[in-house]
Amino acid sequence: MGDACSCGGCVGSKIGCDNVLDKFPEQKADLEKYMDSLPIGKEKEANRGLLIQCLHKAQGIYGYLPESVQLFVANKLGLHLSEVYGVISFYSYFTDIPVGENKINVCLGTACFVKGADKVMAEFERVLGVKDGQTTENGKFTLGGLRCVGACSLAPVVMVNDRVYGNVTPAMVGDIIADCK
Amino acid sequence: MIENAKQLAEKADGIRKEHAGRSKIGILVSMGTCGIAAGTTPILNAIRDEIKKQGRDGEVEVIETGCMGLCHSEPTVEVFDRESGASVIYGQVTEQQAAAIVESGSKPAAGATALSRGWYYPEDEENKDNALQARIVLRNTGRINPQSLEEYLVQDGYAALAKAVTTMKPQDVIDTIIASGLRGRGGGGFPTGKKWAFAAAQKNDTKYVICNADEGDPGAFMDRAVLEGDPHAVLEAMAIAGYAIGATKGIIYIRAEYPLAIERLNIAIDQARKEGLLGKNIFGAGFDFDLELKYGAGAFVCGEETALIHSIEGMRGEPTFKPPFPAISGLWKKPTIVNNVETYANVCAIIRKGADWFKKIGTAGSPGTKVFALAGKVNKVGLVEVPMGTTLRDIIFGVGEGIKDGRAFKAVQTGGPSGGCLKATELDTAIDYESLKALGSMMGSGGMIVMDEDDCMVNIARFFLEFTLDESCGKCTPCRIGNKRLYEMLQDICEGRGTMETLEKLDTLSRTIKDTALCGLGQTSPNPVLSTMAQFKDEYLQHIQEKKCAAGVCHKLITYTINESCVGCTLCARNCPVDAISGERKGRHVIDQDKCIKCGVCFEACKFHAIDKS
Amino acid sequence: MINLTINNQPVSVEEGSTILEAAGKLGIRIPTLCHIKLDCFNVEHRVGSCRVCVVEVEGRPNLAPSCCTPVMEGMVVKTNTIRAINARRTMLDLILSDHPKDCLTCEKNLECELQNLAQEMGLHRIVYEGEQSTYPKDMANESIVRDLNKCIMCRRCETACNEIQTVGILSGVRRGFEAVVAPSGERPLNETKCTFCGQCVAACPVGALTEMDHTYAVWRALNDKTKTVVVQTAPAVRAAIGEMFGIMEGCTTGKMVTGLRMLGFDKVFDTDFTADLTIMEETHELIERVKAGKNLPILTSCCPGWVKFFEHQFPDMINIPSSAKSPQQMFGAVAKTFYAEKIGVKPEDMVVVSVMPCLAKKYEASREEFNSSGARDVDIVISTRELGKMFQEAGILFEKLEDSEYDSPLGESTGAAVIFGATGGVLEAALRTAADWLTGEDLKDIDFKAVRGFEAIREATVNVAGMDIKVAVASGLGNARKLLEKIRSGEADYTAIEIMACPGGCLNGGGQPYIHGDTSILKKRMDALYAEDTGKTIRKSHQNPDIKKIYEEFFGEPGSHKAHELLHTHYKARTNA
Ligand SMILES: Cc1cc2nc3c(=O)[nH]c(=O)nc-3n(C[C@H](O)[C@H](O)[C@H](O)COP(=O)(O)O)c2cc1C
Ligand code: SF4
Ligand code: SF4
Ligand code: SF4
Ligand code: SF4
Ligand code: SF4
Ligand code: SF4
Ligand code: SF4
Ligand code: SF4
Ligand code: FES
Ligand code: FES
Ligand code: FES
Repeated sequence: MGDACSCGGCVGSKIGCDNVLDKFPEQKADLEKYMDSLPIGKEKEANRGLLIQCLHKAQGIYGYLPESVQLFVANKLGLHLSEVYGVISFYSYFTDIPVGENKINVCLGTACFVKGADKVMAEFERVLGVKDGQTTENGKFTLGGLRCVGACSLAPVVMVNDRVYGNVTPAMVGDIIADCK
Repeated sequence: MIENAKQLAEKADGIRKEHAGRSKIGILVSMGTCGIAAGTTPILNAIRDEIKKQGRDGEVEVIETGCMGLCHSEPTVEVFDRESGASVIYGQVTEQQAAAIVESGSKPAAGATALSRGWYYPEDEENKDNALQARIVLRNTGRINPQSLEEYLVQDGYAALAKAVTTMKPQDVIDTIIASGLRGRGGGGFPTGKKWAFAAAQKNDTKYVICNADEGDPGAFMDRAVLEGDPHAVLEAMAIAGYAIGATKGIIYIRAEYPLAIERLNIAIDQARKEGLLGKNIFGAGFDFDLELKYGAGAFVCGEETALIHSIEGMRGEPTFKPPFPAISGLWKKPTIVNNVETYANVCAIIRKGADWFKKIGTAGSPGTKVFALAGKVNKVGLVEVPMGTTLRDIIFGVGEGIKDGRAFKAVQTGGPSGGCLKATELDTAIDYESLKALGSMMGSGGMIVMDEDDCMVNIARFFLEFTLDESCGKCTPCRIGNKRLYEMLQDICEGRGTMETLEKLDTLSRTIKDTALCGLGQTSPNPVLSTMAQFKDEYLQHIQEKKCAAGVCHKLITYTINESCVGCTLCARNCPVDAISGERKGRHVIDQDKCIKCGVCFEACKFHAIDKS
Repeated sequence: MINLTINNQPVSVEEGSTILEAAGKLGIRIPTLCHIKLDCFNVEHRVGSCRVCVVEVEGRPNLAPSCCTPVMEGMVVKTNTIRAINARRTMLDLILSDHPKDCLTCEKNLECELQNLAQEMGLHRIVYEGEQSTYPKDMANESIVRDLNKCIMCRRCETACNEIQTVGILSGVRRGFEAVVAPSGERPLNETKCTFCGQCVAACPVGALTEMDHTYAVWRALNDKTKTVVVQTAPAVRAAIGEMFGIMEGCTTGKMVTGLRMLGFDKVFDTDFTADLTIMEETHELIERVKAGKNLPILTSCCPGWVKFFEHQFPDMINIPSSAKSPQQMFGAVAKTFYAEKIGVKPEDMVVVSVMPCLAKKYEASREEFNSSGARDVDIVISTRELGKMFQEAGILFEKLEDSEYDSPLGESTGAAVIFGATGGVLEAALRTAADWLTGEDLKDIDFKAVRGFEAIREATVNVAGMDIKVAVASGLGNARKLLEKIRSGEADYTAIEIMACPGGCLNGGGQPYIHGDTSILKKRMDALYAEDTGKTIRKSHQNPDIKKIYEEFFGEPGSHKAHELLHTHYKARTNA
């Protein structure tokens, strides 16, 4: 940490270093406001029931959940940091690693798999030069797999950020990447 | 505010009149997640523009609706005439067709693809006798605007809740559900009424009604379709359940991957609260009920009810041992019922029409219908709702209209990662909970993936195991380590390292995992392995003994060879990434098998069908 | 009562019992691994995760984990069918397939519950092979080694740390095959608020959590001719060390002293001596505070796990614990100043070794403020278990040893010091002295039984010299938290509180011989300590002649400037992350 920012984690679209809380006061205020609107009380068990929605909110703001943010949430809810980390590391939706500007998620659900999603994934891996779950060095793309977006009729499906591409073939991979800003 | 049952009926009548006076023609545009992905938004806009352009604002009304289930033909649009009831459904609609569609009203437009109504309107007079489908759960999905409470009220919305709280005792509601024989659609098929009765019998001031909208089975999307297309039906049913068991609080646990469903649920909850259909003293009957949404965060195992409860409580989604069952000690240790979206979607109709009506549909042991998400290598991919007891053949070859590209049917996978694969000889099985189980598969939540001769069943088993491995919570030994070992054995077989001993171990370990795992995930995770081993033993043997994958999927087992059709164009050699191909220009080329990495590039490249894959 | 049959034998047990308990009643053993029940603390860890305890229940489609399946009327259970036995073996086969088979060099060798089961169930070959988990070994702290490649995910440590201790260091992290138990961010323990109480180590059935072994450093010191090596032994060690040699009852103080001499220590001293010293200082502080009516309650401070706990989690309250150092650190300070001077050895030529029931003491000795002599006051800390191993290594037949006495002058102690090893002991010892001091008499009735026992929190109001002193005792950090929260909210009005990090106190410390869930052993240790107390002629700290002498010769009186310099410390607020 420290004041000067040189970690390079900010390359992605969202904020990328562990200093995020202090460096981006507006975002912190946003998270704080959200959490203050929740019925946080003295009972630890009851507060814990609010954890996952807070993490959703925080990840929505920062793009990922650096430890400083985890601690912020933990302290407000009166939980141990380890409990928060245990939860984050359990759910695949949460990540404590900064993600790229564009999230490319290849559906690896059954319908997509039988229609050749594995080949699409392999092609993305080849073209982007990263493996499933990794981010390109320039911070532009994070490649991932997901399990069914419910658009199985369009299998194989690729989701780029919020956009869904259907009937994807390996040949379309280049175009999809080019489509990203 | 709707304060009593009478006001509800009056309001619905009022809306009906108003609708009839408002427009003659309605145009439904399928705006589910998949519809939007397939590009319905610009079409919706084009149709709106066109109505303006043609000056037919008062006459034609556009209605955004949910998933019509006609996924095979998306983007889909239906145009109907309010007076005559006539309608035409279009598939593969384009923006360019908007003008013609608006112009021709409920008659087929030139230049647009009209689809057969039979698939979609099984209740039509002319389809009645040979209709394979039946619509209870999907009665409103794709037919009304899910963002409009009025449209739901027109379809007798909240009439069931009004009936329950004003004319029935909680026990009557439970008795009706028990008598209907409704079984949980989330996979297990547990009798819903019985579950409610357990919870109702608990003496406790606080109880909870949970809707399981985690829909984790990859390849299943019926819960999403219902939530996006008919959210009020779920809210209403949950309130009925609350009344029945004595709960005033409901929670919908929904996967975060379904933003549109979340949005529509939030709208519906707001609407219902504003009209007093949720909240205090509903229909003046002294019954309070409200609900909130809780989001999942990407964990399949959170579909399991104890894990789901832990997730709502903010913990890791690890299942715990039952008993105690949630109906006795669930959320925050209070009596809790957990039911699936589709289960709830049946409830209102049962309350309105009675248990006897429901029991006439389906089979004796499994009354009612089941929605399947038909996907994979089938022509008519989509959401289908059929009476229990329909055969697989009727679904795949009847409703689904057979296998894509004229390939041969090989297997159908039901029950998702907990289910199994059934082969052609089982096609005439009339499906219900018991029959599928007897065949080593499961009803599951309703994913139905059709596979053809290009699918390798060993690889499919490996795929499901990979899924389980990813999604296991890691708590218990058999699932955490056992499934890893199963996966490795399957990997060995797919990559040519399998032996007969592997096969034997695969079988015994699978059985032991089923016998010992803590939760449903582990108890069913070997099902895809066991069922493919039982049904497609020959494929396993081929992989092990001949080191061959007939479907050509397991790439380590494929050999590429060049046959006599080779003209020596050198294209393959130039494309091979490892220089495994040699040959003279204009002479027959050969592949050095030791060098070949089986990437298949040459196979794709050759324009003379001179490369064989075996 | 519920009636059922197990292996065709009828049995009736209370409602809510498990199959495991019912089988136990019939004398049928069902192997368990993840399950543990600590009767005297009302703790049951019942996750049902290992599945080693599965049995067949008639009418149930799959096998039932006996440790968490409640009995039901008419249940028919079979524990020894081939199906159940095979399944149990398979569970072990699977665990072994993801386990380094390093028994010969494992810290837990012959104390390992997995190893025992493998032997008991006749596992003679490796059935499954495949990828094994690889985690970095955490050896970055003084106290605990975490080698998660040996972890079997029983989650006992999690229960120990989070539920019993409420320290909240350990959580299940990740999922599936990668799931493991770790601190937040999977960072090493020394970067957390871990108290090093070692209760997780005590709970771990395998070699995944063990103490940091310092025996080699001791051997090296003993073989260094240039060093004077002195050893101190904590009160609770004498009540447990015999267990490692089959002596399950009573203290084996004399044998232990003999053994230590045989190992080659130059002087064998007793931490009990400085326990008495602690009482002098702490009681003085208590009386001062009571007189001033300020800064109450006073909290004991001789447990380093507890000290670290409040530094992290109650930093707003760091001024209420007594400033007296723990007996171990008082010993180090006295040995390297007073005693070193007395025998004319330079502090840097003296090595102070402690034998402790405790893993937190390893960490405590490394705290930088404990350098009264200019360098580390206590050089090496070994646990009771480590001492036992050294005896074994040296070929000392412990059970055959004659008794002998501690050396002077740091070896003389009273009954008050001995009971430091049991929860409530410190407070009782302080009360004995306080009562005498306040009344100016030599009181006879000195057994404060209300503060003894294993109960979570014990309260008593003691009338001393016409004054009601309200005291409380808590052992286990979870209970400590409850008391602290009461104090923080102003709900409690105690005068003095004793807190020990380990449930039951040091006799159940993280460095004591493993009890494998058998809490009757703890009861025996407690009895042994109180018996040792009763057996002593002097049972009040201030009556210890050597203590009197050291004040005369060196410190002047309790609370003097010199005493503050050497016997008191300060605390610092630490992050609560
Ligand atoms: C691993 C696993 C995943 C499950 N996923 C779901 C799910 O996504 N949706 C669902 O409704 N039920 C799911 N279930 C079943 C639920 O545990 C539960 O039985 C069901 O929600 C009960 O509702 P029902 O009786 O209405 O079917 C799952 C069960 C298991 C073991
Ligand atoms: S079976 Fe799998 S998912 Fe279920 S508790 Fe065990 S490890 Fe977790
Ligand atoms: S591309 Fe086909 S025809 Fe051309 S050299 Fe290769 S195998 Fe022969
Ligand atoms: S399959 Fe790939 S590696 Fe093998 S010969 Fe063809 S192009 Fe070369
Ligand atoms: S933990 Fe137990 S089984 Fe594992 S290596 Fe150590 S002694 Fe052997
Ligand atoms: S018992 Fe066996 S494995 Fe152990 S040391 Fe002896 S020979 Fe080696
Ligand atoms: S030593 Fe104590 S505080 Fe540290 S992890 Fe273990 S149980 Fe928790
Ligand atoms: S570290 Fe030990 S106690 Fe903790 S889960 Fe692993 S094996 Fe169990
Ligand atoms: S109670 Fe005793 S053994 Fe436990 S941490 Fe404290 S001093 Fe160490
Ligand atoms: S399986 Fe890919 S969208 Fe459903
Ligand atoms: S039309 Fe929406 S899922 Fe098919
Ligand atoms: S001892 Fe019963 S499951 Fe582990």
